[in-house]
Amino acid sequence: MRGITKRYPGVVANDAVDFTVESASIHGLLGENGAGKSTLMKVLFGLTAPSAGTVEIAGRPVVVNSARDALDLGIGMVQQHFSLIGDFTVAENLVLGREPLRRGGLLDLERAAADISELSDRYGFRIDPGSRVGGLAVGARQRVEILKALYRGAEVLILDEPTAALAPTEVAELAALLRRLRDQGRTVVFISHKLSEVIDLCDRVTVLRGGRVEGHREIGSAERDDPDRHGALAAELARMMVGHELPEPPARVGGPVSRGVPALRLEAAGDGHRLGPIDVEVGAGEIVGVAGVEGNGQTELVELVVGVRRCRRGSVKLGGADVTRWSVRRRINAGVAHVAEDRHGAAVADGLDLAHNATLGFQGRPPFSWRGLWLSLVQMRRLARGLVNRFGVQTVAVTDPLRSLSGGNQQKLVVGRELSRGPELFVAAQPTRGLDVAAAAFVHSELAALRRRGAGVLLVSLELTEILALADRIVVMSGGRVAGETTPAQVDVTTLGRWMTGAGQTAGAATAEAAA
Amino acid sequence: MTDADNSPGPHGPRTSTDPEPPGTPRHKTTAELQRTLESAGSAVARAAAVDLAQGVGRAAFIFATTVAAALVLAAPLTIAAGSDPLTAYTALYEGSLGGQRPVAETLVSMTPLLFGGLAVAVAFQAGLFNIGVEGQLVAGGIAAGVVGIKMTTWAPVHVILALLAGAAAGALWALVPAALKAWRGVHEVITTIMMNFVAFSVSQFLVKPGGALEGEIPTGTEPVQATAELPRIWEPTRLHLGIVVAVIVAGACWYFIYRTPGGYRFRLVGANPVAARFNGISSSRVIVEAMMLSGALGGLTGAVEVLGTHRRFLDSFSPGYGFDSIAVALLGALHPVGVAAASFFFGLLRAGSTQLQLEAGITRDMITVISGLVVACVAARLLLSRRAARSRGGAD
Amino acid sequence: MPEMLDIIDMNWVAQGIRLSVPLIFAALGGLLSERAGVINIALEGKMLFGAFAGVAVTWWTGTNVVGLIAALAVGAGIGWVHAWFSITVRSDQIVSATAINLFALGVTAALIPAIWEGGRANTPTVERFRRFEVPLLSDLPQIGTVFSRLSWFDYTALVLAPLVWLVLWRSPFGLRLRACGESPEAAASVGVNVIRTRYTAVMLAGVFAAMGGVYLSLVQNGLFQRGITNGRGFLALAAMIFGKWRPIPVLGACLLFGMADAYQLRAQSKSDLPVELFQALPYVVGLITLVFVGRAVAPAAIGRAYVKD
Repeated sequence: MRGITKRYPGVVANDAVDFTVESASIHGLLGENGAGKSTLMKVLFGLTAPSAGTVEIAGRPVVVNSARDALDLGIGMVQQHFSLIGDFTVAENLVLGREPLRRGGLLDLERAAADISELSDRYGFRIDPGSRVGGLAVGARQRVEILKALYRGAEVLILDEPTAALAPTEVAELAALLRRLRDQGRTVVFISHKLSEVIDLCDRVTVLRGGRVEGHREIGSAERDDPDRHGALAAELARMMVGHELPEPPARVGGPVSRGVPALRLEAAGDGHRLGPIDVEVGAGEIVGVAGVEGNGQTELVELVVGVRRCRRGSVKLGGADVTRWSVRRRINAGVAHVAEDRHGAAVADGLDLAHNATLGFQGRPPFSWRGLWLSLVQMRRLARGLVNRFGVQTVAVTDPLRSLSGGNQQKLVVGRELSRGPELFVAAQPTRGLDVAAAAFVHSELAALRRRGAGVLLVSLELTEILALADRIVVMSGGRVAGETTPAQVDVTTLGRWMTGAGQTAGAATAEAAA
Repeated sequence: MTDADNSPGPHGPRTSTDPEPPGTPRHKTTAELQRTLESAGSAVARAAAVDLAQGVGRAAFIFATTVAAALVLAAPLTIAAGSDPLTAYTALYEGSLGGQRPVAETLVSMTPLLFGGLAVAVAFQAGLFNIGVEGQLVAGGIAAGVVGIKMTTWAPVHVILALLAGAAAGALWALVPAALKAWRGVHEVITTIMMNFVAFSVSQFLVKPGGALEGEIPTGTEPVQATAELPRIWEPTRLHLGIVVAVIVAGACWYFIYRTPGGYRFRLVGANPVAARFNGISSSRVIVEAMMLSGALGGLTGAVEVLGTHRRFLDSFSPGYGFDSIAVALLGALHPVGVAAASFFFGLLRAGSTQLQLEAGITRDMITVISGLVVACVAARLLLSRRAARSRGGAD
Repeated sequence: MPEMLDIIDMNWVAQGIRLSVPLIFAALGGLLSERAGVINIALEGKMLFGAFAGVAVTWWTGTNVVGLIAALAVGAGIGWVHAWFSITVRSDQIVSATAINLFALGVTAALIPAIWEGGRANTPTVERFRRFEVPLLSDLPQIGTVFSRLSWFDYTALVLAPLVWLVLWRSPFGLRLRACGESPEAAASVGVNVIRTRYTAVMLAGVFAAMGGVYLSLVQNGLFQRGITNGRGFLALAAMIFGKWRPIPVLGACLLFGMADAYQLRAQSKSDLPVELFQALPYVVGLITLVFVGRAVAPAAIGRAYVKD
């Protein structure tokens, strides 16, 4: 790919990017969120057209206008969100769209199954073509996606953050699989923002930052095996990715954490499925940041604390009271506020107006209601106007439907609403997602203010910088459990990375790690 | 990253960010607070007034165009039925508005349609589609009839008890679909309509010769006692107090839906059940409550017909009010005021249908056709509004 | 109660099959449509249109085969309208289907007096489809009674269920159709034309439902009467749900409902049990079966409009 430029209104996602991948190799593409990795790969896979630049395969320029073109050229992509049908078998998923037929026009699923088994065995996929995809684990589903690309004749495989949703053992399995693919002549592009994985797996790596190529590095066995050279390369790549070693620990705010009854205490809590057992404590006047790769139990943790997910093991305590069996309603009344990760799903009803959304969750309480017999629109609008003014929500009137607001303004209203509940425990899941810089800063200052006031804050974020800036303590989640715990002052990126990928399981080893 | 303490708010200065009790925006001084509130308040009040005017105007426009479209679409059918649209619509007018009796008949037909329309609308607000009003009104009619015939008590108490019995029967009839929806996730459309057929059977069984409620006429009970009758209010016509009760109930529905926390819960579950759950509102409970309230209104539909219009329970006394109610609710945009207007329109059609039959030879079934067309127009409006949005240059 | 058991014989089986046939056609149509992701509450209306068109065209042409073909064409046409509403307009699929049901109920009834002067709720009788005796089978002892009482429609219905299974689970078209009902985005990502597939499925559902309607008018009664379907479209939906959207279990559910209906009809003539209450038997059986259906067995993308990027 030469000189690829992709402009979106207001941003240049790719700026004259040159990207060359040799065949039969594994090529890493590193970069932080928003560095332009996904855009570049979308161009290659024909999902979006470049504003400038060309794509060449084996030296010949080609035009890729659609995913179909890409497949015809032997390029297959495995997206972060799988496009598999849960109710179908593996074989049905793989043949969909180009079905093998027997005489009479019926599907030849036996032939497909045989082809798939053969392919699966050759590379060691360990996939049974007859099993139902919906019943497979995430790692197996991902192998099905890869198998699907191969079955359709892909020579070049693009994997977008393939380890994001995988458990550590599954990551190792995937790495072995990708090496086998390379050894048999296939080419792999491995997109990631995780350093250690890239170093362990790739032959070569390209680092993107801010839409530009920051550099290339070859990775040999020396870097993989020698811990010192591994560490040195990791540090170098990290510098290339973020522009400096690590984000500076920001000037900390306010006094010490007031010990006493913790705002939240989870004791060996779990949903008996994907989460836990987990022990987390949030002190009054403390911000605890929950870091981790998406899909490692953070969503479940938040749901468990808020009361939407049933706690089947252990206990949940709020300010000393055991609330394990409490309803969402009772927890709200006890002072739990929640900024939901999925705003449209869980936090607002965008067909209702601002005033209604501003009072969502405490519509039955005074001053908005009198004994359930009267809903005071005047009071609701008054609150909404207060929130609009104080949080700078851009709107015409509080009687407008919420959907007339931009995403950022909706989020401001939600944050404002939850703050106005005067919470004892504030659960903020991705509170700044989709916000502009100024609005994000405002949310951060509100969280800090809450902490000063003595409330506990549980901050779940995928942005490490956000957690480093705000949290008093950092809890790293992996595979539904706590993989480690540290503080921003003691943190180092290698340890964090190992925890996030589930490599170092021992909690509380942060100090030793950091000192080493 | 950010120094949390010193970062300014995104818009304008904020000196303090301490959280506050709900409803009291915090400002430096009371004077400033008042100024802000006043300016914001008056701006909001102005905007709200304009919005309201625009909203009412828009709603009226949509209402009128939907009605017009349905009537125009129905016109070819009048030709197919051997008449012509002009004759047909003239007959319709004369039968519904051309004099005291026609006007009274319009209001008589409007009464059950208003109850039924409210029943459908209330359920719809909570995201439920109750097409079982036809069965619920039978259940309500039977219960009101039984109380009206068998009980002996003073006049106002008797009527009220009979009406309440009708409401309770309708609510119970709706409990089956509600329970199946809340606990088993079975779609209420299928279950409510099946409950209709069960209700028809029960009704036939009760009033057949030798049945438990057999009366002196073939498919009806004996008349209810005079104390249980809804009094006539516009002699010599059949218009009875039911219309007043219906308008009061419409007002109560409006109050409940838009001015109580309970109604707010209904609307929230209808708009986004997941958000409701995250905010401590059980959608199963709301489903059961909304369905039973809807059923109660459906039961009242039958009760007023029995106590006011027929003064006895008759098998198949409803000419399809329950099904017209769907069109009434959708045409009225689920708002009690709109539903009242829509029930008046369908009342016109029902009342005029006798004249339509006499002068143009078109059966009452034409009303069901127009119901279907109205619902189709409501359904198709989505495409038009989307086209309009696109032509305004906005993305879809 | 000996008289309640007397009913159970081969005549009952034959009648049960006949009464379940309209349900089978409609339910399999609904299955096709819902497997493709479009809720089909409009089966009732499509059956009415089919039943009416069959009788009207037979009356005009004097040939019931032409009536049948016309009815199927009308079914496809109504299916197209339904598809347009739910796929192109993307209106609420339940609301648009309700519009079709109301319209069908009204139009078919309003046209009876318009076409046949004097007739009120019924059309005049037209030539019915005859029974179809399979030579050898009908001579079998006991079971022969069943075969001697069936028409070729009945055999078609019974064969249709495995045929639908074959198409849905063993043909490329079926695979794509089901993919549209499970995840239209995934289907589109491998080049399946979601819009066209869904249109085809909903129009086929119209044809099937019309066939069920024709059975009521041209096979069972030889005439059309106001509201002849009497809720069978909804009963078919209940059977489809009870059968968990799978053709063979759906066939079983339809037969169950049909047997219940036959039982109540025969109970009426053989005993002095309350006829009126027994008429509700199929619906009560339908409601009870729905209690036993768990959640989350419906196609995943059902009722969700597909928006092309």
